[in-house]
Amino acid sequence: MGNTKIFASAADAFKDLKTLGVLRDDITVMVGGFGLCGIPEHLIVALRESGVKGLTCVSNNAGVDDFGLGLLLQTRQIRKMISSYVGENATFEKQFLSGELEVEFNPQGTLAERIRAGGAGIPAFYTATGAGTLVADGKETREFFRPSEGVTGATIPGHGFAGRSMGAKGAGTPPALAASHARPYVLETGLYGHLALVKAWKGDAFGNLVFRKTARNFNPMMATAAAFVIAEVEELVETGELDGDIVHTPGSYVNRIVQATPQKRIEQRTVSK
Amino acid sequence: MSLAPISLFAPSANTLFPMTAATPQSALSPLPTLSRDQLARRAAQELRDGYIVNLGIGIPTLVANFIPAGMDVWLQSENGLLGIGPFPKDQDVDADLINAGKQTITARKGASFFSSSDSFAMIRGGHIDMCILGAMQVSAAGDIANWMIPGKMVKGMGGAMDLVAGVKRVVVVMEHNAKGNGMKFVKECTLPLTGTRCVHMLITDLAVFEFDGNRQRFVLTEVAPGVTVEDVRQRTEAHFEVAATVRTIGV
Repeated sequence: MGNTKIFASAADAFKDLKTLGVLRDDITVMVGGFGLCGIPEHLIVALRESGVKGLTCVSNNAGVDDFGLGLLLQTRQIRKMISSYVGENATFEKQFLSGELEVEFNPQGTLAERIRAGGAGIPAFYTATGAGTLVADGKETREFFRPSEGVTGATIPGHGFAGRSMGAKGAGTPPALAASHARPYVLETGLYGHLALVKAWKGDAFGNLVFRKTARNFNPMMATAAAFVIAEVEELVETGELDGDIVHTPGSYVNRIVQATPQKRIEQRTVSK
Repeated sequence: MSLAPISLFAPSANTLFPMTAATPQSALSPLPTLSRDQLARRAAQELRDGYIVNLGIGIPTLVANFIPAGMDVWLQSENGLLGIGPFPKDQDVDADLINAGKQTITARKGASFFSSSDSFAMIRGGHIDMCILGAMQVSAAGDIANWMIPGKMVKGMGGAMDLVAGVKRVVVVMEHNAKGNGMKFVKECTLPLTGTRCVHMLITDLAVFEFDGNRQRFVLTEVAPGVTVEDVRQRTEAHFEVAATVRTIGV
C-alpha cells in the first residue's frame, strides 16, 4: 500500500509542503473557480496561513475583498495574477493601480486552453482569439484556414492533409479554399504551475474527482497542469464507490485530498418572483 | 499581455468618441430612440429555431425575455452550461449554478455541464450559432471594441475575444451614440480592439446595419420609428451603404 492521499484538513495537507520543497516563495499556483463558484475555499486559507509570498496566481478571477483569492491580496502574498476578468475586488484595484500587483489578462478561452495544453504536454498552440488586438502584441501570428472550413482536411494554405506539401505521393488533395480565406491565428503558450488547488464535489481515496454543475469550470484542467495537486472535496468516499463512468478527473492527477464543508458564498443572488 | 497601469494614458472624451466636424453635434435635435427592451426585442428577431446562442451582459441578457413563443433556443453560458433556464425561486438557489455574470440561475431540461476548456472549445470551434453582445465602438470594417478604456480601471476581456473570434454570427447591440452625441459607429475604433472584421450585424437604438461580407461594408436596412436615413448619417462617423428598401424596425 502506498501512502494515503487523504489529509484531515487543509492545514494538515499543507503542513510539510515547505519541507518537501513544494511550497516556496515566488512559485506559480493554479487556483480553480469562476467568480466564487467552485473555489477551493479551505485550501486558499491554508495557502494564506503558510505565509509564502511573491506568488503568481493563475485563476480566472481574483475573488472578492474578503473571500477567495481576495484573502491573499489583503496580505500582499500575490505578486502577479494571470486572469481573464477581475471586476469585483477593491483591494485588487488599489494594488493594480499603484503598480504593486502585476496583471496578465488572457482571453478566457485562451486561459482555459493554455492550462489544458500545459497539462497535456503541449507547449504552444495557435488560436484566432485576440488576433489583431493588444493580446497578440509581441506574439507570432500566422495564417491558417478555420478547421471547420477545411473540408479537404487542410488547415495550412498551400498544403494538403496534415500539413504535408501538395503533390507528394499520398499527400491528399489540394485544399479547395482560396488562400484569401485564411485568417490570422496567434501563437499562445501552455501554462503549468508548481501547485494547483482545486475544488470538487466528490472524491475518493485514490483522488478520483467528480465536479458539480458550473462549479466544474477551470478545476479539471488545473488538476492536470501542476507538479503538485491538492483537491478539496465536499464528500470523500472509499476508492471504488465512485462509478468510473462519471469520474471527471482520474485519481492519478491528484496528490492530496481533503474533505471540508464549504461556505459557498454567492456573488449575485438573483431570483425569479 | 501584461498591463502596467503606468502605461495607460487618459485621453479626452473626444478622442474616445469623436465628433464629426461637418455637423456640430449640439445642433442635432433629439430623436425617438429605441428603449433597452425594444433593442432586445429587435435582437430577438434574429434568433432561429434550434439555435445555440450566447448572450452577453447588459441589454443582450434581456434578449432571453423576448425569445418568440414556440421557438426552441438553447442558451450557452461560458462558465460551462448549455441550456440556461430562468432565475431560480428563492428556495431553489444553488451556489454551484451560476451564469457568466455570476448570477444564480437554473438549468433547463436537457441541459449539460462541462469544463471551461470544453466551453471555449464550443465557442472557438464554431459550434455556437450566434452571440449577441454590447460594444463601446464598432468600425466600418466590422471591428469591435468593448473591453477596455485607456486610463480607466481595466477589468479584463473575460470571454468576449473568444466569442467574436469563434461564433458563427456576431450581433452587436448598442446605443448609436455615446453621451453628448459622441460617435460609436466609427471609421476606425480608437479604443483597444476586442476583435477585427467580425461583426455581422449592428443593431442600435436608431438603426439596423447588416455587414455585406462580399463588399466588406455595412448596409443600413432598417431605421427606428420616426428616424430618417439622414438622421442616422448625421450621427454616424462610419461610411455605410443604404439598402434599396429601408424598413422601419418593428418592435
